[in-house]
Amino acid sequence: MALATRTGPERPAPAAAPAAAARNRTATPGPHPRPPSLAARPGSSLRLLWRSTIGKKAVMAVSGLFLLLYLVLHMLGNLKIFFGPDDFNGYSHWLRTLGEPALHHEWFLWLLRFALAAAVVLHGVCAYQLSRRARTARPVRYAHRPRGSSYATRTMRWGGVIVALFVVWHILDLTTGTVNPHGEAGQPYQNVVASFSTWYGNVIYLTAVTAVGLHVRHGLFGAAQTLGVNSPRRQAALRRTSDVLAVALTAGFVSVPLAVITGVAE
Amino acid sequence: MTETAGEPGRPPYHRFRTGEPVSDTRAPDGPVAERWNRRRFEAALVNPANRRGHTVIVVGTGLAGASAGATLAEQGYRVLQFCYSDSPRRAHSIAAQGGINAAKNYRNDGDSVRRLFYDTVKGGDFRARESNVHRLAEISVQIIDQCVAQGVPFAREYGGLLDTRSFGGVQVSRTFYARGQTGQQLLLGAYQALSRQIAAGQVEMHPRTEMLDLVVIDGRARGIVARNLLTGRIDTHLADAVVLATGGYGNVFFLSTNAKNSNATAIWRAHRRGAYFANPCFTQIHPTCIPRSGDHQSKLTLMSESLRNDGRIWVPARAGDTRPPAGIPEAERDYYLERMYPSFGNLVPRDIASRAAKNVCDEGRGVGPGGQGVYLDFADAIARLGRDAVRARYGNLFEMYERITAEDPYRVPMRIYPAIHYTMGGLWVDYDLMTTVPGLFAIGEANFSDHGANRLGASALMQGLADGYFILPATLGDYLARHPGPPVSGIPENHPAIEEAVFAVTDRLYALLSASGDRTPDSFHRELGQLLWDECGMARSEAGLRKALERIPELRAEFWDRVRVPGEGSALNQSLEKANRVSDYLELAELMCLDALHRTESCGGHFRTESQTEDGEARRDDEAFAYAAAWEFTSPGAPPVLHREALAFSDVHPTQRSYA
Amino acid sequence: MSGSGMRLTLNIWRQPAPDRPGAMATYHIEDISPDMSFLEMLDTLNERLIAEGEEPVAFDHDCREGICGACGLVINGRAHGPERTTTCQLHMRHFRDGDTIDIEPWRAGPFPVLRDLVVDRSALDRIIGAGGYITAPTGAAPEAHAQPVPKAAADTAFEYAACIGCGACVAACPNGSAMLFTAAKVVHLNSLPQGEPEREHRVLAMVEVMDEEAFGGCTHVGACADACPKGIPLAGIATLNREYLRATASGARPA
Repeated sequence: MALATRTGPERPAPAAAPAAAARNRTATPGPHPRPPSLAARPGSSLRLLWRSTIGKKAVMAVSGLFLLLYLVLHMLGNLKIFFGPDDFNGYSHWLRTLGEPALHHEWFLWLLRFALAAAVVLHGVCAYQLSRRARTARPVRYAHRPRGSSYATRTMRWGGVIVALFVVWHILDLTTGTVNPHGEAGQPYQNVVASFSTWYGNVIYLTAVTAVGLHVRHGLFGAAQTLGVNSPRRQAALRRTSDVLAVALTAGFVSVPLAVITGVAE
Repeated sequence: MTETAGEPGRPPYHRFRTGEPVSDTRAPDGPVAERWNRRRFEAALVNPANRRGHTVIVVGTGLAGASAGATLAEQGYRVLQFCYSDSPRRAHSIAAQGGINAAKNYRNDGDSVRRLFYDTVKGGDFRARESNVHRLAEISVQIIDQCVAQGVPFAREYGGLLDTRSFGGVQVSRTFYARGQTGQQLLLGAYQALSRQIAAGQVEMHPRTEMLDLVVIDGRARGIVARNLLTGRIDTHLADAVVLATGGYGNVFFLSTNAKNSNATAIWRAHRRGAYFANPCFTQIHPTCIPRSGDHQSKLTLMSESLRNDGRIWVPARAGDTRPPAGIPEAERDYYLERMYPSFGNLVPRDIASRAAKNVCDEGRGVGPGGQGVYLDFADAIARLGRDAVRARYGNLFEMYERITAEDPYRVPMRIYPAIHYTMGGLWVDYDLMTTVPGLFAIGEANFSDHGANRLGASALMQGLADGYFILPATLGDYLARHPGPPVSGIPENHPAIEEAVFAVTDRLYALLSASGDRTPDSFHRELGQLLWDECGMARSEAGLRKALERIPELRAEFWDRVRVPGEGSALNQSLEKANRVSDYLELAELMCLDALHRTESCGGHFRTESQTEDGEARRDDEAFAYAAAWEFTSPGAPPVLHREALAFSDVHPTQRSYA
Repeated sequence: MSGSGMRLTLNIWRQPAPDRPGAMATYHIEDISPDMSFLEMLDTLNERLIAEGEEPVAFDHDCREGICGACGLVINGRAHGPERTTTCQLHMRHFRDGDTIDIEPWRAGPFPVLRDLVVDRSALDRIIGAGGYITAPTGAAPEAHAQPVPKAAADTAFEYAACIGCGACVAACPNGSAMLFTAAKVVHLNSLPQGEPEREHRVLAMVEVMDEEAFGGCTHVGACADACPKGIPLAGIATLNREYLRATASGARPA
């Protein structure tokens, strides 16, 4: 029997009250609607992982670390630009012959490209699903902007999108040569110099590399946290490592257009 | 037979009748140490296969309620459990800081079940039952085992074994603790066990639901009427037995260390339905609380008694000394507890420490705003142990103190003052923890049985868990086996008793909602609380109690006339909840004062100014008052009936307590 | 009224029922003592509202000692306000005369608003029910000293057991994630030898229900640990992740 109103002209008749009183009502006051179960049963460990938020984060961490390792090697390879066109173009050629004779010409490169593409897709799909989930988990904003979190932390999602778009540009520019002013296959050195001789080439590259740096700064710490490497003792060191690696990576990548702009490479 | 506690012509409530004595028929005879074993052996059992057919209602999810609900569900009973909070984890047991006693004797310092039994009976100033207290001491050791198995993170030594500390009123180190959050950790253990049963479907949990009446059918407790606090819906829930684990009634004083929503409604409505209320005047005033800072104060915060292990309590030797503490030289300080009670010093029981603080403040030697405080000084402990060791022991308490007062207790002595903390009185129960209403059980602070007139520190957690984990599950089964009764499904929905209870509840809520007065529920609560604190607090006199007994009915009439409750009954309405609770306090307060008036002796927390020794210590009167006063309700405002339960002391002989 | 106290402007979220729209309402209040707790300041407002025949502001609260976890308001955009403590232990001395204070309920999909500043946090209870316990039926316990617990493990367990279940971590998280809450219980119980037998099941089942309740994932922002009144460390989430991955790899299943 609910007390419907305070201004009811009459009190309920004694007989009316119990009639409305339910006995041993089993329903508890409604929990909010739940999304479809994420439960994976029975199923493989991978399936369980894919279904859970932590598992998806683990997928992002592993794919992210793989991409980060690639970026570090890529950045180191880029530094060959400082040793002249022969060195740089020779390195490019060597990449195509890597693994021979066990692998056919360019097979290694294609394997790597597939692996990278798979990592990017997994990373992106998980990020997309998790951010949609986050939006439903926090549908209403507060009257104040969130505080305390770093710029890198707040820009992870948009930064990721920027980097993804850049990858497309980067391939069209320096892999296929489609948008490259020089665009000659087998002459990566000349292609690089041509790309960084345009203002837009530099703007796009520098924006993207900054985004990469910020992404790595938070992403590496996040991966460590996701994979359970963090602890109260290690936390400060992990954050420092992320910062140092992010700065080193960004600096290494930025040095290439800088070399072109300053005329060290031409 | 009519007894008069006052002159004729006084308001009628001063007169009460004396009924037949009440006796605890369930406690077995024989040596005190064998009674619990005997009772358990003699108890009838419910076949495990049949337990599912029995429904038990448990109201409250504190230490007693949560442990009882979890254990009954483990045994196979169907449990309906209720709490007013949004989660069972929030019950006020969670705020207990200091620790839990157990006669483990891990320190090899001479402790034993017998010593814990002795200390508790003596600490209770010989107003508790020997049978119950001995059982409590026996079970204490099992509780620690149980809690450790549940993962309660008790403090440990470097060897990995459990640490203990000492507490007020005893000379052994038997208190197990988890920093200053023992109650929290024990409650979370019980809550987690309960949560497991909720998830398993054995316990049907009703959070944000408040019990507002008891359903008694054919002389047996068969259910409750409860209000869903979110929707305002009033429902009847039926069962084969009802267990009240709803805590004490300390909030009748408005300012107490209880949680704001802790209330007496469940036990008071049960009392109105026939459960006797025992020793309502036995209330405990805790000596170490943070003094109030102004009229806005909504509750008082306790500082664990464990602080008295290392802190020294003092006031200026001279009245009116307003120098800051650091400016008062050692010779001009009065460490009054150490002076008056050299062997227990700062570790005297709570009632004694509280009264001593009141006395020095009454002498004009109190410190802080309004002179309502004494110093609790850690300077010596910091000098002796170092700041870090003190921080390790009491860090969280010091932080809490600083947060509330903006004073740093590492540099300036804490200021403390007594506050209402616990109520030893409660529903009268027999050895089986059953009230005078068959099928209605009361456990934990809601009953009266184990602490007599004063509770020792770290004993409330012990009692709550003993009742919930070990005692009730044994005795409730006996009741269900011996009195199967008609099944719940056989009770018609329109049974007159159900209709009457639901109507009584809705009628009362309507009355509250439709009174269009000009005073808030809180304003009445504050006024009642101040009256009780003044007249039925740390010192009680005949004149003061009579004054209170005259004022309370007036205040009650004014309440129903002038209270204002905005909003509706069909939604979350915290003013309505509050007003409903205050309406019960206004009846309960009267019984407390009457009980205090009729007990002309001083004992434990009940100090009658007329009954004291030359030194100002409490003087018991065992000839006249070695009994528990169990009061029977008649009708609102009308004199109740006193039933005496004589207390026999065969193992611990009553002496004048001495802590000197 | 002495008029000597603080004057404040309060913007408070008012919402009559879960399915009705809410809005911020503005109240002016004066004579607030710096020694008042934040909730006592709201009590003062409510007493006035009742006297004026208005409905008081509904908010959850109980122990007012910072331990029950019932209270929780977002004050000027911060869960529990500017100090690292619970709302009930926040005192008005941390505000200045003339301040405007925005007071909002916990915001999270899994915490629907019930009325004004009161939200439904029962999802947290269901996470505990999934596995946040050690199965130890009453009476079955071995002697407490049968198994010593290394002090370091006991201390870790305690550090995480200090969680009061207030939900500030969820409210502060931009993803509405309950990872810190879940981590606190998993680390508490999985650190102890008593918790070992159910170690894998516990973490898998709790995370499963956490996900079912539609809490967001963790992006390592750290807002949860910053808001936590009991100082549960962010690294606890790393331990939760490790326990989860370890349990998954072991082939254990949540149910």
